Amino acid sequence: MAFNYDKYLRLEKMPTLWCWGCGDGVILKAMIRAIEKLGWNQDDVAVVSGIGCSGRFSSYVDFNTVHTTHGRTVAFATGIKLANPDKHVICVAGDGDALAIGGNHTIHAARRNIDINFIMINNFIYGLTNSQTSPTTPQGMWTVSQKAGNIDPTFDGAELAIAAGASFVARETVLNPKKLEKVFVEGFKHKGFSFFDILSNCHINLGRKNKMASAMENLEWIDKITMPKKKYDQLPEEEKLNLFPTGILKHDKEAKEYCELYEEIKKVHQGKRAKLTQDDFEKKI
Amino acid sequence: MAEKMELKKVEVWDGNLAAAHSLRQAQVDVVSAYPITPSTPIVETFAKFLADGYVDGEYMMVESEHAAMSGCIGASAAGGRVATATSAQGFALMVETLYQASGMRLPIVLHVVNRALASPLNVNGDHSDMYLGRDSGWIQLDTFSPQEVYDMGLMAFKIGEDHDVRLPVMVHQDGFISSHTAQNVSPLSDDEAYEFVGEFKPMNAMLDFEKPISYGVQTEEDWHFEHKARQHNDLMTKVFPKIDEVFQEFEKKTGRKYKIVEDFYMDDARVAIVALGTTVETAKLAARILRKEEKIKAGVVGIRVLRPFPFEQLGEVLKKVKAIGTLDRSSPNGTVGMLYNEISGVLMGHGVKSIVLNYVYGLGGRDITVEMIKNIFRELDQNRKARKRISPVQQFVNLRGPKLEYFDASLVNRGK
Repeated sequence: MAFNYDKYLRLEKMPTLWCWGCGDGVILKAMIRAIEKLGWNQDDVAVVSGIGCSGRFSSYVDFNTVHTTHGRTVAFATGIKLANPDKHVICVAGDGDALAIGGNHTIHAARRNIDINFIMINNFIYGLTNSQTSPTTPQGMWTVSQKAGNIDPTFDGAELAIAAGASFVARETVLNPKKLEKVFVEGFKHKGFSFFDILSNCHINLGRKNKMASAMENLEWIDKITMPKKKYDQLPEEEKLNLFPTGILKHDKEAKEYCELYEEIKKVHQGKRAKLTQDDFEKKI
Repeated sequence: MAEKMELKKVEVWDGNLAAAHSLRQAQVDVVSAYPITPSTPIVETFAKFLADGYVDGEYMMVESEHAAMSGCIGASAAGGRVATATSAQGFALMVETLYQASGMRLPIVLHVVNRALASPLNVNGDHSDMYLGRDSGWIQLDTFSPQEVYDMGLMAFKIGEDHDVRLPVMVHQDGFISSHTAQNVSPLSDDEAYEFVGEFKPMNAMLDFEKPISYGVQTEEDWHFEHKARQHNDLMTKVFPKIDEVFQEFEKKTGRKYKIVEDFYMDDARVAIVALGTTVETAKLAARILRKEEKIKAGVVGIRVLRPFPFEQLGEVLKKVKAIGTLDRSSPNGTVGMLYNEISGVLMGHGVKSIVLNYVYGLGGRDITVEMIKNIFRELDQNRKARKRISPVQQFVNLRGPKLEYFDASLVNRGK
């Protein structure tokens, strides 16, 4: 029997604001299926979204939801998680939200390794405001702010998260909803900062001026620039250029989670234990 | 050398396009921007002009509005003509740097396309962001139509960049109502416009290596007060004469007459509405109809310059009016509206005793129609006839659900 999403959706908000063929819906559904699979209680989940097309996530799903300001999803989510360490927190942000205006929050949340699930919907453009260069826009692509081609080097969100200290980092595309669901399940289960770089299509605001005006063409391009990690690793260095490995890129089960350390330090201040020792941090370092 | 654009005598532009053309004609050196609805088309169109060779400037696409204004400050301190545009949340994120810009006396032009501030999130027009900026030390010019956006857009450079003034200028227009509504706009030719605005003459440019200087130094209780007082003094004494001068020069060039306080039918008005933005135009129409059909002597006052606040000019215009409705398009959040406060202060300061009512309207883009403004005029007229306030001080116009009103008429008689 087909999966019934109704329980998790605010049906009165349908249809969504997203354009026809948008990948955001695929991500939304995969997220819901992953939550169902994990058997999380709807009331124990908080979904925090920012601004942009991805910002609509929190409106459509029936969890505890917050629609925040641009770029501040993780800051809000950190507060939610620290106050409710036993609840599940999912952030949804676009590439502009996560890497430009909110880039600072992203790297510091990753550094702390706080148990937040951060879904970055990477469509390579500022879509809602109509095609301005975002931190992930490939060089040379047309945008309204750089009509002769983008000159800014691009950010690799997943690499950034790995470097900053996130303990679970995965990349998937909307082309493969089953895999998407699988990495969500793995990441959501993981205790620590889980970063998902989900490549999605914006054929309307990226595609139309970059020779991929239909969802299909845009997705084909995404297919072309991605490759499963196993295959990718075997490539010679020069062929890896402009290719993104997909799958689970990092999974460090040992890393100390921030809320746990936070509970420990609370005990120190309350006089319930002596101060933290190197052992408490060891695993993380 | 930038290419010239052939413009028709009358162009069909919306407010955003008008603003973009004013930036192009002023040949802005640096635009540092971040997109936000509804102001995005301004910087987007400017980027196109730049790419097509119509401007010899630089364009910085940065990672947040905070960075956008910071980039503007740097470029302005380095001695360039600088402008950008934003709205609502972006404006709120800029606030920290707005104070830096004015404190460093940098004549940046900022087009603010007014939009509601979240939460709840809303992209439509109201004046919450305009109100947020009013203590930031910027000059605030208000516009009621795309034509005025273009005109003020040019004049803003001339006012702010004057060496006596040297203050940043905001040009406000109503989100969507002005910014996305195409109307006839009569532009100047590129040459005329640039000649009017004039070449940018930097003062204390940081890149003047012969005379190195510092911007944004730290002062504590020793000199901070003096800096702020001098800035306030220049806002109070230097800006209005300059604005008058620029308005006159502009009138000579175009025939379009602007005043610091715009008044319509105020010569014999007994009741008046004071408003900001596009609502002034709606109120003008309502007043005209009421004068003809119901013999209510209605007048309208539109505040062209919100900061510095035209205390004396408003006192002069409002001195004979018996009942005044102040229209605030921003949530007063726990007090009376800003315009009510300001106008009450003006009247008090001029020894004028009139009835003043406060109408909160149009939040988040809610419509205000001619009929609604007619009703406000009618209510003002009833108060005038009663010779005392019989309506509550504060009311919400066109609100769904139960009526909201505060400070009812019983307050009037309590003192007696």
